[in-house]
Amino acid sequence: MSDDKILIRGARVLGGDPRDVLVEGETISRLGTGLDADGARVVDAEGLILLPGLVDLHTHLREPGREDSETVLTGTRAAAKGGFTAVHAMANTFPVADTAGVVEQVWRLGQASGYCDVRPVGAVTVGLEGKQLAELGAMHDSAAQVRVFSDDGKCVDDAVIMRRALEYVKAFDGVVAQHAQEPRLTEGAQMNEGAVSAQLGLGGWPAVAEESIIARDVLLAAHVGSRVHICHLSTAGSVELVRWAKSKGWNVTAEVTPHHLLLTDELVRSYDPVYKVNPPLRTDADVMALREALADGTIDCVATDHAPHPHEDKDCEWAAAAMGMLGLETALSVVQETMVDTGLIDWAGVADRMSMRPARIGRLDGHGRPIAAGEPANLVLVDPAYRGTVDPAGFVSRSRNSPYAGRELPGRVTHTFLRGKATVTDGKLA
Amino acid sequence: MLRLPGANPRTPGHLISAADLTRDDAVLILDTAEEMARVADRPIKKLPTLRGRTVVNLFFEDSTRTRTSFEVAAKRLSADVINFSAKGSSVSKGESLKDTALTLEAMGADAVVIRHSASGAPYRLATSGWIDGAVVNAGDGTHEHPTQALLDAFTLRRRLVGADAGLGKDLDGVRVTIVGDVLHSRVARSNVLLLHTLGAHVTVVAPPTLVPVGVGAWPCTVSYDLDEALPETDAVMMLRVQRERMNAAFFPTEREYSRRYGLDTDRMNRMPDGALVMHPGPMNRGMEITAEVADSPRATIVEQVANGVSIRMAVLYLLLGGNEPAVSHHRPEESK
Repeated sequence: MSDDKILIRGARVLGGDPRDVLVEGETISRLGTGLDADGARVVDAEGLILLPGLVDLHTHLREPGREDSETVLTGTRAAAKGGFTAVHAMANTFPVADTAGVVEQVWRLGQASGYCDVRPVGAVTVGLEGKQLAELGAMHDSAAQVRVFSDDGKCVDDAVIMRRALEYVKAFDGVVAQHAQEPRLTEGAQMNEGAVSAQLGLGGWPAVAEESIIARDVLLAAHVGSRVHICHLSTAGSVELVRWAKSKGWNVTAEVTPHHLLLTDELVRSYDPVYKVNPPLRTDADVMALREALADGTIDCVATDHAPHPHEDKDCEWAAAAMGMLGLETALSVVQETMVDTGLIDWAGVADRMSMRPARIGRLDGHGRPIAAGEPANLVLVDPAYRGTVDPAGFVSRSRNSPYAGRELPGRVTHTFLRGKATVTDGKLA
Repeated sequence: MLRLPGANPRTPGHLISAADLTRDDAVLILDTAEEMARVADRPIKKLPTLRGRTVVNLFFEDSTRTRTSFEVAAKRLSADVINFSAKGSSVSKGESLKDTALTLEAMGADAVVIRHSASGAPYRLATSGWIDGAVVNAGDGTHEHPTQALLDAFTLRRRLVGADAGLGKDLDGVRVTIVGDVLHSRVARSNVLLLHTLGAHVTVVAPPTLVPVGVGAWPCTVSYDLDEALPETDAVMMLRVQRERMNAAFFPTEREYSRRYGLDTDRMNRMPDGALVMHPGPMNRGMEITAEVADSPRATIVEQVANGVSIRMAVLYLLLGGNEPAVSHHRPEESK
């Protein structure tokens, strides 16, 4: 028995009929039925779904600078527990990941953790200030191999800077991931602007603040012939704009977070800052439009926007609280709840939206690959029959700001394999 | 003990929003306030009802008027009053709302009257488990100011129905027009909810920039034209408009605002006979209201202040006192 050889027995590959999958070393060596264990460690996967390891395009690992909320180690452990084998670490750290030095540091910490591949995202502008392009080429050429650039948390709102960034990264097939938020329209904004904000007296965050930037940026991308990725779409109007841009044949991709697929601004009536997030929770009509768009491919992928915060930043009045919520350890369950159990997509669709497409957008080799002989053994086993109540006390993330605490959700990751090595076994970190 | 159960099951025993009050809750508060008002006419203006109870005025925003009103109300009920204001306290040194609340809890506050710049802070205080005492919202951000709405309703009932004749009655069919910066006004939000609960017809009038997106869900009519609304109103409530709003392009100039939405004598004369002019204070004379109007017999502005004490006595009494009659001399004090 050795971890060099693992036989996953009876797994429903992408939700299909049960198959045996033999992993040797870092690679899938055989698929079949009734495969001989022949000394391999056997994982009984009867009733479990086998998917390619999940890929997150949008993760805040907080290191360097805010190790009180998360580190690369704790964040990648949370990722593994959620079924991820690769995450893109956002650039809004302290210092900002706007130089080759910082992105290489994050990349090396990811290598050292061993739970999940970490691909740093580079800042578009120096210090996320939107004024001067960061050394995008140097970050691309570094050991961290940056392919995705984003000022996430802040919008690249200057149209000229955005245009230049879109053009510049063409030289090395990079992509700019835009946090679409018109800053003037969202000064003091606290929640989605609508009937609930009017009643609660919280500053409104209009949908148009997101949609106007998306409209501008898809036009810019078309004009200069670049690709653009839109982070965390949250409104029905944004969906319409992306759908229109794609219908023109423009190179636009988009992501949606799990929380925007499930939660609405009605939850803000509790004034509990665990529901405070950027972009804000929207209405039921927006949620339905986002689900439909993810199902029909208008939205390419699910990205968690995993945003850990220490307890004191959420245990306070709404206006004083930080924005963001945890996502890595619950993403797959929320996607099962909102997309699979509703019949909108099947498990092959989940593999596509949570692994293959995000890997392709991030130009990430070795992830988001088919489950076939010769492919890297980045795999996750999911028990779709499981139902359980979310208890953040059991999270491996350093933070606890989950909006799903106390909510019953389906599905559980039982095993995660990173290049043939188990990072999660029987639902526990290996 | 009487608990105000209200419409929100998460905040029983607290007064956070005007929406917490049913019609009967609100009428009970107004009737109790009438009894309290009679105490003010006596040579000795004090009741022993809340002797030994502690009321904390927790003010994170300056508000001499509201704080003093609550302080007088609590003292007339013989409660011990602690004023805890942000200035000069640990709050200004960065202590969190939570730690302040835990401190007050440790000191044994029976009620916390809170004014805070963040919408929802009183709700957080009431639902977070940080304190056990009753929470009374004395104004939170741009959310609500329920005791202001209650004192406005009390003033309306006294003037339009009568102090004695009004007992047990609501404001069925009364037409109230609220004018001004509705977007940023906690007074407007509480008044729209409470007046509707009491059967009044509410119209809000403002430039479209100062009406919130989503106002369509409010139980009121929205108009941009003051002159159209005035002949059809029994009372007009003028809201304070901060001059600084001009700098954020909510309206072009002070003069233009006054011309279109200010209440002057000409406009006042277009209201029906007996219609009232109200203002929660503090006023910008010459901006939303002219001095002549503010000082006219139709104006209830000073009365509103006096009524505020009666209403706050009633609220504290009902939240902390007993279900015995408010004014009673022969009964022993309730046991604790």
